[in-house]
Amino acid sequence: MEYSISTFEKLLQACSSENKKIYEIMQEKEAYDFEISVEEVRAKILKNINAMKEAIVSGLTSKEMSFSGLCGDDTNKLKEKYKKSPALFGNLFEKITTFALATIEENLRMNKIVACPTAGSCGIVPAVIIALAQEKDITEEDEINALITAGTIGYIISSKIAMAGAVAGCQAECGVASAMSAAAAVQLLGGSNEQIINGATLALKNILGLTCDPVGGLVEIPCVKRNAFLAVHAITATELVLANVESKIPPDEVIDAMVQTGQLMSPLLKETSMGGLATTKTGKAINKCLESKKQK
Amino acid sequence: MKQRSLFDVISPIMIGPSSSHTAGAVRLGLMAKNIYKEKPKKVTFRLYNSFAQTGKGHGTDKGLLAGLLGFNVDSEEIKNIYNSEKAKSIKYNYEFEQNIDKHPNAVDFILEGDINMTISGNSVGAGNIEIVKIDDFATKISGELNTLLLFYKDKPGMISQVSTLIQNENINIASLECDRNARGKTASMCICLDSKIPENIIENIQNIEDVYFVRNIKKLEA
Ligand code: SF4
Repeated sequence: MEYSISTFEKLLQACSSENKKIYEIMQEKEAYDFEISVEEVRAKILKNINAMKEAIVSGLTSKEMSFSGLCGDDTNKLKEKYKKSPALFGNLFEKITTFALATIEENLRMNKIVACPTAGSCGIVPAVIIALAQEKDITEEDEINALITAGTIGYIISSKIAMAGAVAGCQAECGVASAMSAAAAVQLLGGSNEQIINGATLALKNILGLTCDPVGGLVEIPCVKRNAFLAVHAITATELVLANVESKIPPDEVIDAMVQTGQLMSPLLKETSMGGLATTKTGKAINKCLESKKQK
Repeated sequence: MKQRSLFDVISPIMIGPSSSHTAGAVRLGLMAKNIYKEKPKKVTFRLYNSFAQTGKGHGTDKGLLAGLLGFNVDSEEIKNIYNSEKAKSIKYNYEFEQNIDKHPNAVDFILEGDINMTISGNSVGAGNIEIVKIDDFATKISGELNTLLLFYKDKPGMISQVSTLIQNENINIASLECDRNARGKTASMCICLDSKIPENIIENIQNIEDVYFVRNIKKLEA
């Protein structure tokens, strides 16, 4: 079907007039726009889910460090910790945090991941969907529905703003990934269309202004740990909306606020590594080390 | 404008760590390969600005080479590309430069072989790229559409001759850009097309008088 879903309002209108879930509208739209079948859209999504799962599996067992030598062993540390003393918040929390770290660490090792929406934020959506799916015995079809739902959120946001730290800071990368994940989680747990969008809205609203200040310009510090934090952040949003807590600021207005915040953000904090963590005493020292390593 | 897709935010399936510095680098390499067509004997990669500064830590150097050798963004060869058989069959080296007139993520491929050619491109974000210069000519090639590139003697009537040949085949022209280095000398034409270009058209264009060089540049796989 030909749908115009450039805003959340339009998306909800399309859903209610057709009496369909968000993923149904999106998969039909994608099929229409690219002259393929809904089955083909879903098959492509499944291919991405499988790649996400592979990244988690290999990330969970690797200890290989990144080129810089700074990152790569956090998943293992966390796994060891959980072995000795389980997470306070239970199995789901354990899975979400380790899956997120496992994926983003695969990324910095130059292994295969799925950019979702970007490479630097690649651990968040898979961690939430796959951890929940495992814990709740969710079928592959439902995983596909969840990832399409997540993608719909990213699709709408990206009609207003490019998903790049260089454009709007990390709110546009890990922030958006967290919003996408919240939507996916609410879908997996049987929430309504309104709740799905509300979940994304709450997650995004509470991460507005997140800067991008990677040390040495590498997708490592703070990106790696941020993936675990923002995956968990999505679960907070999920619990709130399932309790019918609503964002008082409507979704499309939150996006507007995000765009404006991105514009107001100093360029020093937008992937230039000229401010924030990158220019702390230690950040600079690390950068110097990296410089000498590069010469070799 | 490019049709927006669900898969803009989910995918590509790629080798990390950076869509602009790794996947973008691979795609630039692939485009350079599609443009140059032959196998180069030697290539110099000249990296600028952020590509030069943080490229090593992001595998930009490996990505550029892997792309030029024909590997895609999800190829596990990228990480160990220096040890691959294909890499051993050509000579390559890297140069690093700062230049504020260039895009933050810019690279020149200086290719030597049966013909010599310099191809300049930028990684413009989210794995998207653009080829902005080939030898002395400005270009605008994003790899999203099949593109016809030609160099020819700068004289009246060339554009209509070429576009007539294309229209006769019922192929829609999405965009057309021309550039020239000096009046009456050589000019370039970059035509983006909505569908595949049959080989016979390429031959016909090649046969137009004063056309020096034609390339049928395949679009990149999504
Ligand atoms: S801090 Fe910057 S580089 Fe790191 S994930 Fe966030 S946006 Fe990407």
